[in-house]
Amino acid sequence: MAKKFSQEHEWIELEDGIATVGITDYAQQSLGDIVYVELPEVGKKLTKDGDAAVVESVKAASDVYAPLDGEIVEVNEDLDDNPALVNEAPETDGWFFRMTLTDESQLDELMDEAAYNDFVEGL
Amino acid sequence: MTFTTHTGNRGLVLEEKLIFEQGQAGRTGVDLPEPKGTKSRLGGLDRDSDVGLPGLSEPQVVRHFTRLSQKNFGIDSGFFPLGSCTMKHNPRINEKVARLPGLSDLHPMQPESTVQGALELMDQCAHWLLVLTGMPAVAMSPAAGAQGELCGMMAIRAALDARGENRRRVLVPESAHGTNPATAAACGFTVDSIPATEDGRVDLAAFEAKLGDDVAGIMLTNPNTCGLFERDVRKIADLVHEAGGYFYCDGANFNAIVGRVRPADLGIDAMHINLHKTFSTPHGGGGPGSGPVVFSDALAPFAPIPYVVRTENGFRLVETADENDGTKPFGRLKGFHGQMGMFIRALAYMKSHGSDGLRQASGDAVLNANYLLARLKDKLSVAYPGYCMHEALFDDGFLKDTGVSTLDLAKAIIDEGFHPMTMYFPLVVHGALLVEPTETETKESIDEFCDSVLHLVGKAQSGDAEFFKNAPYLTPRRRLDETAAARKPVLRWKPETA
Amino acid sequence: MRYLPLTSADRASMLETIGASSVEELYSDVPDGALLDAPVDLPSHLGEMQVERDMMALAAKNTGASSVPSFLGAGAYRHHVPATVDYVIQRGEFLTAYTPYQPEIAQGTLQYLFEFQTQVASITGMDVANASMWDGATSCAEAVLMACRATRRKKAVLSGGVHPHYREVTETYCQYSDTEVAGRDGNPEQQATVEELDDLIDDQTACVVVQYPDVFGRVQDHTKLAEVCHAKGALLVVVFTEAVAFGAIKSPGSFGADIVCGEGQSIGNALNYGGPYVGLFATTQKLVRQMPGRLCGETVDQDGKRGFVLTLSTREQHIRREKATSNICTNSGLCSLAFTVHMSLLGEDGYRRLATLNHENACKAADALDAVPGVTVVNDSFFNEFTVKLSKPAAEVVETLVAKNVLGGVPLSRLYPNRSDLDNYLLVAVTETNTDDDIAALADALKEALA
Repeated sequence: MAKKFSQEHEWIELEDGIATVGITDYAQQSLGDIVYVELPEVGKKLTKDGDAAVVESVKAASDVYAPLDGEIVEVNEDLDDNPALVNEAPETDGWFFRMTLTDESQLDELMDEAAYNDFVEGL
Repeated sequence: MTFTTHTGNRGLVLEEKLIFEQGQAGRTGVDLPEPKGTKSRLGGLDRDSDVGLPGLSEPQVVRHFTRLSQKNFGIDSGFFPLGSCTMKHNPRINEKVARLPGLSDLHPMQPESTVQGALELMDQCAHWLLVLTGMPAVAMSPAAGAQGELCGMMAIRAALDARGENRRRVLVPESAHGTNPATAAACGFTVDSIPATEDGRVDLAAFEAKLGDDVAGIMLTNPNTCGLFERDVRKIADLVHEAGGYFYCDGANFNAIVGRVRPADLGIDAMHINLHKTFSTPHGGGGPGSGPVVFSDALAPFAPIPYVVRTENGFRLVETADENDGTKPFGRLKGFHGQMGMFIRALAYMKSHGSDGLRQASGDAVLNANYLLARLKDKLSVAYPGYCMHEALFDDGFLKDTGVSTLDLAKAIIDEGFHPMTMYFPLVVHGALLVEPTETETKESIDEFCDSVLHLVGKAQSGDAEFFKNAPYLTPRRRLDETAAARKPVLRWKPETA
Repeated sequence: MRYLPLTSADRASMLETIGASSVEELYSDVPDGALLDAPVDLPSHLGEMQVERDMMALAAKNTGASSVPSFLGAGAYRHHVPATVDYVIQRGEFLTAYTPYQPEIAQGTLQYLFEFQTQVASITGMDVANASMWDGATSCAEAVLMACRATRRKKAVLSGGVHPHYREVTETYCQYSDTEVAGRDGNPEQQATVEELDDLIDDQTACVVVQYPDVFGRVQDHTKLAEVCHAKGALLVVVFTEAVAFGAIKSPGSFGADIVCGEGQSIGNALNYGGPYVGLFATTQKLVRQMPGRLCGETVDQDGKRGFVLTLSTREQHIRREKATSNICTNSGLCSLAFTVHMSLLGEDGYRRLATLNHENACKAADALDAVPGVTVVNDSFFNEFTVKLSKPAAEVVETLVAKNVLGGVPLSRLYPNRSDLDNYLLVAVTETNTDDDIAALADALKEALA
């Protein structure tokens, strides 16, 4: 499935019922050098727009909200040792977590890439 | 000319290794008697491994710390206009009297009869604070400003609990210091942010609209973090009281008004006083501070233990809640009785100035800040119109399109021999520069600073961004890589593993 | 006034530049009637000589702890502080600096903080330590809150051996954050067993807090307790009041403690009638991001030279605001410098010898007191402080000793005012500063007082 995007600058990619979530290239550029990512525990239940993770630069800590309802099944442990992955490859190796979805139809509320690019343009 | 030396030292700028890299086994900086070899009674838990401390002689230790000190900038070194921190001169008489054996060599658990002078000193210090604020009660024990806030907000929480009310929302202006929301959260309150008006003060209409029967109170800094007096402070106090809430005043900026305005006359219920700001106790590289809190009659019964009372038979230290005297302390904030060492220094300072001198000091602090504002306002961009109190606030509008940031300018100011102003605080002003000269600076030093800043601003505006990006050039260390430090934190020395 | 450099001519010319007619005009935002037109009702200014005289008069009304044989502990200890310590901390570059926000001109402060953190981690046997807290009691409270964050649980179990002030401060800090503080009452005659504490640990318990050596002076192994805690997903917090002890006893880190914190006053800092002191706070690498307070870290500068900065500041109030790990801001900078200088002078040999001398003196005193009729030493184990049971209420005995010019110890009734069963117990601390004559004076005075 093609990537979807949230207004909170997350990308979501669904494969076999599991969504992979990360922050967009635009987000990592605005945050600057990422020094730490606080990831949720596997098994944590997420509610759309609720707290999911925290991404930290030297002078700022930003909450990452859950783009959808669901449950965490895996987190990117590589980020523990190498948070710079979020800067280097935000939309591939720098993914944050994988989750199951309670309601796949929530994906329809998110933007496709073209719409997200327009959204970022307008900021 | 530039060249590298063999040692890496540059004349008086000396490189200095960590003590752990200098030590030798068998060396020590103390001469202690030989132990007698008594059989130990340590419950079988005698230490059986090395601690890992280096051995240095006394001259090595003296030299080490002397060299380290030379890499530091203090008020004694030069102009230190760090806004909101009140970096005023720290008189040495304060240090001298704090070391009198009759004051420094007192154990906190000595019987009251052997510490009457100490209790009297605490009582005197409290008396000065009460008269200067016009308030009826004071808790002396908070360890620092942030703990003073905790003390004030816990008293509010206790008072609400005593009223049987479940108010949990605290209003905090968006310009507030970060400790305010952190403190409110620690007391179980939720924080509701109040916007500012275009002239840098609380938006009264927005504030009024937020009031309700779930509001516990407001935390307001006055003079505020933008260096401005809140004109509507009495109206704010009346409104919050009418709504059934309390008024916590952050007294971080008391230095601007001490001896001229009594916070009691503004309708406050609680206020902490940073003795290390207003009353000249040393900042010490980040403490120790001291944050006594004055209370209104409404909150006084909830003040924490311990406290000093005067009786017919001398001074007494109350360390336990007494149900019979009408008090309902919310608890205890620290071990023992408070930052006695700071009370001594603050009292020496207050006695030195007297009521006349304190009034002169606040006036001169405000005069110095307004003079600095007047000297810089045409070339820098003033954040808000009108007179300021003890500190002047600018935004980074004057650096627009220069490619130079507030941080870059500050780093260039370091090369000029000054400590920079506070940067990027308050958060409500873009690229904020908050400059607080304090009353202990001469007109000459303020002029020299202003001339230097104007020179640098001209340089920035003439397109020399590269120069600023790489500043400072002349310091013991140049810009440090904070990203690397945070990504892979190295928080202690460790021996090299072979 | 000697601290105020502006002359009348300066003031006039500055007002002219500003365009104001008077200083009062600068206060025009102050509401009507709130601006005072005369000094408040307090004495006028004094010269330095008069201030010194006033303060000396107050000092003269006290009995300095070193002016008589003195045996007080209970969380604050009298040790010899080398002259070098006070020289270093009075250097203006340290005394009058602030929090090292500009690392290029604060490497002095930052480097000693890095050394301080390493010393604290070393003596406690932990991975990392922070740049200090306010004191031991607040460190204990912050440790409990940290354990709650780390485990996402809301209950702390405090052993009866924890200093009552530490317990009260912890209860105060926890009371408005829905955190339950459970635990047992202290008993100098009987130590709580691991099983007894185990019974209090449930699936909501974030941590168990023990003191080592405990408030009655006992030295107890907590290895088993650590295992019990970890098996139930709780952390073990070890607090201490006497930092010299770790020169003689095994470090709390060797038990498997998760957080070790306490009072650092003993090293480098005067008694100061209770403050300012310095809270030490150490933990494991795994928990470092949950730690409160400031942290100094190593890095390099633009030219590749080693340097130090404050780091991991996203935990702190100025960035995280209401989500911060603590509201602490200013800590105990200068007291941590005093600690670092004293510890540097001591070094491995000095630190361990100092601890041994404390223990030997305490052993000597325990034997001397045990021989006094009406006195029983309660402790089987101790470092430099132990509890004795007297044949009379300890508070009265202490007053009698004051009349004989001996500061004989801390009556437990002062720490536990609501525990009449402890009225006859006295806590006695003995350090390297106590001479044989001091010990004899205490034994003699007790003999007379109890006769």
